[in-house]
Amino acid sequence: MKDVKVLGSGCKRCIATAEMVQTEADKLGIEVHLEKVTDYAAIAGYGIVSTPGLVIDGKVVHAGGLPKPEDMARWLAA
Amino acid sequence: MSLNAITERAPGAAPSTAKWVAWTIAALIAWGVIYSQLVPFAAWIVAATGLDAKTHLGEAVSFFAYDTPKVLLLLTLVVFGMGVVRSFFSPEKTRALLAGKREGIGNVLAASLGIVTPFCSCSAVPLFIGFVSAGVPLGVTFSFLISAPMVNEVALGLLFGLVGWKVALTYLAFGLAVAIVSGWVIGRLHLEHWLEDWVRNIRAGAIDLVPADLTVIDRIKAGIEAIRDIVGNVWPWIIAGIATGAFIHGYVPSDLLATIMGRGAWWSVPAAVLIGIPMYSNAAGIIPVVEALLAKGAALGTVLAFMMSVIALSLPEMIILRKVLTLRLIAVFVGVVGTGILAVGFLFNILF
Repeated sequence: MKDVKVLGSGCKRCIATAEMVQTEADKLGIEVHLEKVTDYAAIAGYGIVSTPGLVIDGKVVHAGGLPKPEDMARWLAA
Repeated sequence: MSLNAITERAPGAAPSTAKWVAWTIAALIAWGVIYSQLVPFAAWIVAATGLDAKTHLGEAVSFFAYDTPKVLLLLTLVVFGMGVVRSFFSPEKTRALLAGKREGIGNVLAASLGIVTPFCSCSAVPLFIGFVSAGVPLGVTFSFLISAPMVNEVALGLLFGLVGWKVALTYLAFGLAVAIVSGWVIGRLHLEHWLEDWVRNIRAGAIDLVPADLTVIDRIKAGIEAIRDIVGNVWPWIIAGIATGAFIHGYVPSDLLATIMGRGAWWSVPAAVLIGIPMYSNAAGIIPVVEALLAKGAALGTVLAFMMSVIALSLPEMIILRKVLTLRLIAVFVGVVGTGILAVGFLFNILF
């Protein structure tokens, strides 16, 4: 069970990122607990400046722009 | 799918890189060939419609048929180039460079980084909070926030292509100057207590984001991605801008604009700035209009002031920033930047 947080104020790319998490996790057969963090204070608390940001098991793995699916698979599998 | 991607990155990378570079060069050559055929293409379109190029409608159609492909081609090239350049930068790196910098040098650095750092107004708020909470001085943060949308590759590339390199360089220099000076002035005013309370209390978490190793292929892909993203989004603005420009070219009498927006009318500069604030367009939409205004005798300073005001002082961005700034601080921001733009407009009309 992976704890995945998508950081972003609800922009188009943030939604696309969250969908990509689910798609890639399903492909790999990994169970994820997906949460969208939209609170600006909470987002800043993770130290990122650009959204969408991606936090997996408490670790920031990505910030700014849509991640690549192959990277997503790698982060989820790690 | 993911397995494929991994094997592609493995040892076979070298010949693949050569292939990507070769394709990029081929695409650039094709670009040049198409670009050189634009004038005959526009003439052919006008001839095909059976219009006389001397009539109002003929002039407007000719402007539209020539400028639309020209602007789109230029934009594609510039956006690709900047997409590649921007793959070397990120807002997180920029923040690390700016944190703890003194004002003055910090303002210059922030305004310059604003040109090359990937920035989207949708993440203006996280960026603002991220910068301020990491110890980037308020004025330096503003220099970045003013420069990033105003002095960008789309504005510079289109000005260069449509109006010439002198105006493009002038815009670059004065856009940077406005961002640097406005940020410095806001910093001098010490308005930190005018931020919304919750913003002041945030302490940014430490970040240990491992920077991805980008290959040449990744950077070329970043350029292509930028084309899809930016050109894909702004083309309706461009068409609207060129259509407006075409209308001005064909129908607006030149002496009318020379009177209203000419050098002689001192009030035209403040009027241009005021009209520009509620107007929201990006550089792509406004520059074809700028070109047409200049061709009809509007003064350069007035037109530059109008363009800067439309791009840098936009209501939607202020509404977004209202989440972190008090109204008083937004008013100061608009006042300082507006004054800077006014100064640029007047200076130009006097100098040129």
